[in-house]
Amino acid sequence: MKIFLASYLLLVLFLAGGMFANKTKEQSIEDGQEIYQDFCVQCHLADGTGVSGVFPPLKASDYLFENIEKSIAGIKYGLKGKITVNEEDYDGVMLNQGLEEEEIADVMNYILNSWGNSHEEQITTEQVVEIPKSVLE
Amino acid sequence: MKRLLSVVFFTFIITMGCAQDNPPFIETPTALNYTYETVVDGIEIPWGMAFIQANDFLVTEKSGILYRVKDGVKSSVDGLPEIYVRGQGGLLDVALHPDFSNNNIIYMTLSANTEEDDEGGNTSLYCAKLNGTSLEEVKLLYKATPNTKKGQHWGSRIVFDQEGHVYFSIGDRGDRDVNPQDVTRDGGKIYRLNLDGSIPKDNPFVGQENAKEAIFSYGHRNPQGMTVHPKTGQVWENEHGPQGGDEINIIQSGVNFGWPVITYGINYSGTPITDKTSMPNMAQPFYYWVPSIAPSGMAFSSSGVYEDWKEDLFVGSLKFEYLERLIIENDKVVKREKVLDKIGRVRNVVEGTDGYLYLAVEGKGILKIVPNK
Repeated sequence: MKIFLASYLLLVLFLAGGMFANKTKEQSIEDGQEIYQDFCVQCHLADGTGVSGVFPPLKASDYLFENIEKSIAGIKYGLKGKITVNEEDYDGVMLNQGLEEEEIADVMNYILNSWGNSHEEQITTEQVVEIPKSVLE
Repeated sequence: MKRLLSVVFFTFIITMGCAQDNPPFIETPTALNYTYETVVDGIEIPWGMAFIQANDFLVTEKSGILYRVKDGVKSSVDGLPEIYVRGQGGLLDVALHPDFSNNNIIYMTLSANTEEDDEGGNTSLYCAKLNGTSLEEVKLLYKATPNTKKGQHWGSRIVFDQEGHVYFSIGDRGDRDVNPQDVTRDGGKIYRLNLDGSIPKDNPFVGQENAKEAIFSYGHRNPQGMTVHPKTGQVWENEHGPQGGDEINIIQSGVNFGWPVITYGINYSGTPITDKTSMPNMAQPFYYWVPSIAPSGMAFSSSGVYEDWKEDLFVGSLKFEYLERLIIENDKVVKREKVLDKIGRVRNVVEGTDGYLYLAVEGKGILKIVPNK
């Protein structure tokens, strides 16, 4: 029975892992770059510096690193209202771009690990799936 | 000294800018005889506008809402087809059938996935009958293929000529090296259909093997402004170029407008796309903007309600957040001026049934330009 339970648990874990097909962080960053070039670059620019006072920077952004869940929710649901980034106020609108959850994880990994940014922990699709709109409130 | 230095530096920057900018350079008028009133607010990205009467009009909100605004009060219209909202796509333009007062038919362009595949979406043209705040008899007239998950360049605007045709635009769908120059593919085109959605027999590529016969002109990047010239009846269009190289074009049957083989713009990364700005058999733009203003919406002021602005052309600037007035003499843009500077991202401009200009401004709503009191 014990063996059965153990192997059952193992199987469940294996399947759950498979569902969210854990790609490597490197692969996720690479895929995220493509998403970034397609959906983000026009406002946040190729070097992640944004436009002062209009589009907040992602490079060396204190807001981003202190609010990772909120940042994910912002991409997932859209972000509106005043935020302060590197001591500058922004009061714009970032629309929900209609990205899939895996794409959001990928683009977050790209942003968190580009232009000198560095974040050890990988953002997973599972994490994106679980983030509710309420974290924005 | 510091001040002198900054003046010198500033002058240097200005001169540098002008060396590359395309004339005439944008001017800020010293005094403006016009101001604006807010007609309706609380619309995030108002995209298309269609006037039934001055106090009764339709507005699309890109996220997928169609509003009917009566006396400044907006109500959502139900019965819309399913909209695929992604990137720059969503519910785009709306226009009234030329005989709307008798048949109540409207046209809409929107991003759709009608195939129910998992491949993304593409731009489509629909028509429907407007009954109060409901759509009935919704019909798909054209759907570009294939679907793609790319977020960019869906277009789109809708206009009509006097001969019973509807024109609409679709951008290159983020695949510039494949779509715009190939008339067997959708994307990067202006299309022309009969009002019932059938293909006019005299469309330029009818009978050509594998061609998309609805195509009227090609080699476009992302057309988000179209209007009909009040005197000549020609279709005028503006489109987003890459960095630098936004264009105004006068659309003609079968003409190749060159994207991406010729352009005045460069990649967002700063690298060149091509060193060519002209080629035989490719049309030059009527005007091109360097730097880019990110043009959207287009209207001539033909009514005469603005004494200072008779017959001038107006284009919204998303990037610089003003309405641009272009004065045209002898088929040339001779003067450009900012109107309502810093008003917000101007997504559309149309001439209402009362002859006034109405602006769709992102984050705001619909504004009407009126004389100063």
